Amino acid sequence: MSEAPLTNREYKYGFYTDIETEEFPKGLSESIIRKISAIKEEPDFILDFRLKAFRHWITLEEPKWANVRYPKIDFQDLKYYSAPKKKPQLSSLEEVDPDILETFERLGIPLSEQKRLSGVAVDAVFDSVSIMTTHKADLAKFGIYFGSLSEGVKEYPDVVKKYLGSVVPYKDNFYAALNSAVFSDGSLVYIPKGVRCPMDLSTYFRINARETGQFERTLIIAEEGSYVSYLEGCTAPMRDENQLHAAVVELVALKDAEIKYSTVQNWYAGDKEGKGGVYNFVTKRGLCKGDNSKISWTQVETGSSVTWKYPSVILQGDHSIGEFYSVALTNFKMQADTGTKMIHLGKNTTSKIVSKGITCDESIGTYRGQVRIAASAENARNYTCCDSMLVGDTSIACTVPYIEVKNKSAVVEHEASTSKISSDQIFYFKSRGIGEEEAISLLLNGFCRDVFNTLPAEFAVEAVKLLELKLENSVG
Amino acid sequence: MFEIKNLHAGIASKEVIKGLNLTVNPGEVHAIMGPNGSGKSTFSKVVAGHSDYEVSEGEVLLDIHFKMKNILLLTPDERARNGIFLAFQYPTEVPGVNNLEFLRASFNATMREQGIQEMDASSFEAFVLKKIEFLGMKPDFLARQVNVDFSGGEKKRNEVLQMAVLSPRLCILDEIDSGLDVDSLKAVADGVNRLRSKENAFILITHYQRLLDYIVPDKVHIFNDGRIIKSGGKELAKEVETLGYDHLIH
Repeated sequence: MSEAPLTNREYKYGFYTDIETEEFPKGLSESIIRKISAIKEEPDFILDFRLKAFRHWITLEEPKWANVRYPKIDFQDLKYYSAPKKKPQLSSLEEVDPDILETFERLGIPLSEQKRLSGVAVDAVFDSVSIMTTHKADLAKFGIYFGSLSEGVKEYPDVVKKYLGSVVPYKDNFYAALNSAVFSDGSLVYIPKGVRCPMDLSTYFRINARETGQFERTLIIAEEGSYVSYLEGCTAPMRDENQLHAAVVELVALKDAEIKYSTVQNWYAGDKEGKGGVYNFVTKRGLCKGDNSKISWTQVETGSSVTWKYPSVILQGDHSIGEFYSVALTNFKMQADTGTKMIHLGKNTTSKIVSKGITCDESIGTYRGQVRIAASAENARNYTCCDSMLVGDTSIACTVPYIEVKNKSAVVEHEASTSKISSDQIFYFKSRGIGEEEAISLLLNGFCRDVFNTLPAEFAVEAVKLLELKLENSVG
Repeated sequence: MFEIKNLHAGIASKEVIKGLNLTVNPGEVHAIMGPNGSGKSTFSKVVAGHSDYEVSEGEVLLDIHFKMKNILLLTPDERARNGIFLAFQYPTEVPGVNNLEFLRASFNATMREQGIQEMDASSFEAFVLKKIEFLGMKPDFLARQVNVDFSGGEKKRNEVLQMAVLSPRLCILDEIDSGLDVDSLKAVADGVNRLRSKENAFILITHYQRLLDYIVPDKVHIFNDGRIIKSGGKELAKEVETLGYDHLIH
């Protein structure tokens, strides 16, 4: 009566593309930074920003407070720039290395005119550079800029100068300083006043090169009364050694503007024994700068061997709204320390946090969140719900909420629960004719419903599939 | 329709079922009674296919498409889709999944197995509401999460509802009477009686005669030490009630 064990499905994006690249030698110094800046033909203010950040970074120590353990990273043993040699001209597909086009096709992101996704504009980033952006011209008609930050800085120098580092200053933390010094590429989104972006914007990050850190930087500006929905996806090849990813994302929503930022993170998470995988040390923060603005983060985290990430919102404008919806699944020996910060400064500001952690095998999942109500934040509201689901007997789930209230009119609610997928539950489903895969899918959907509901439809389907695949290996 | 031949089974290499034989025909209701630890619940889990239990010898045969097949070779979900239903003594709570979607997944899995068209969400809801009415239950059951915050009686009635939706051919009810007050017991028994037909059969596992006042069995079997030591009609249950198990065992 024993059942066949579930096949241990491999990480499907674990392939490597063998192409000619232009790489800088290992190590980090002012001269490397000057070289990065020169190759990108950047304006002086960017180089200036980089150098200040670097000079600050060398005075810092790596943070140790997160609930994660990993060997010390030798930052001089990494490369800080890697780009395919055949660099295309803007929007011209013929000049893109066919191997790269094929890579993105295999990842489900076709870039060619005929095949590309119609409802979504995609910026494809391969190691340190943006390969191309689809639908660029369509968006330009609305006055929207969506493309690589390196190109964008030439078209919109004033916008970049005004906002780069305004939400996440280079002095913010160790990895933000490192990113500010060496950031390679990433996306710039600019939505003009009163424009509702007609399609979802999506950036797809692919780490390919060996021993190279990926340090992209994304900046999204939503002017007064505008709206944009932005999606981010990521994968990396399977490798025995660890790869470092330290990104910075800054969002700025002006008066009456709304930014919806969704991430499905599927970096390679290492093997069963915890060998290899991506170290994901990311700083993501949004600023609700104007009154009635809204920023909402949704993340589905399934990959990275070590995750350190807290997409946050600063609620500066009166009546502004911040939201954070998260599903974080860890399996094998993954470690995730993730959560959010909601900083209430303006009056009548509202924030909502819904965090669902699923921990399997010998992994550790920690929710770490901060809700801060400043003295100026009259009538602020926060609702937090943190649910953990344990799969098996050897995983660990922790919840670390910090709540700081300096205004008596605030209402702050915190709910938390811990549940378990047990073999009894699975047997109950089976005894009603429901197979294991469907049982897991129903359980998972039920547990994560509040978060999945906030994702764009197609993305939600992908996210569910991804989680099911990961979970199947761990229940049984 | 259902036959157990010389079944030996146990848990963690300890034999609990020691040579069990039983034949059940369509339309019949069998009661299995016996003292604690006699192997009654183990029997139900083995038939349903719980992976904690191992079968060392014997066969469990079920008529599938007019052929007697050994269901020990099937997975638990395959057994269920072919008409075996175990009503649990302690139905499991499933947070996050509501009753309606659970029932629909279960029903459609069974339909798929039998090559019948699945039902869409709205037709299924209408179908379930009829069953609910038939059993005299409240429609708000459907929106609730499976067994979460259900009272003992509600959990058992929920099992009966699942039975009504799936129309299994063989239902094993493992101590469906445990933990129920008289009113709940009557309601559950009434539901089971409504589901009885010429095509299906029931095996009731119980300690007490009381249940059998409400669901009258055709046959009663006394279980001891992993096998049936005595079989008879419904009067056998009365004998147990008056004289106790010891009298029959020794």
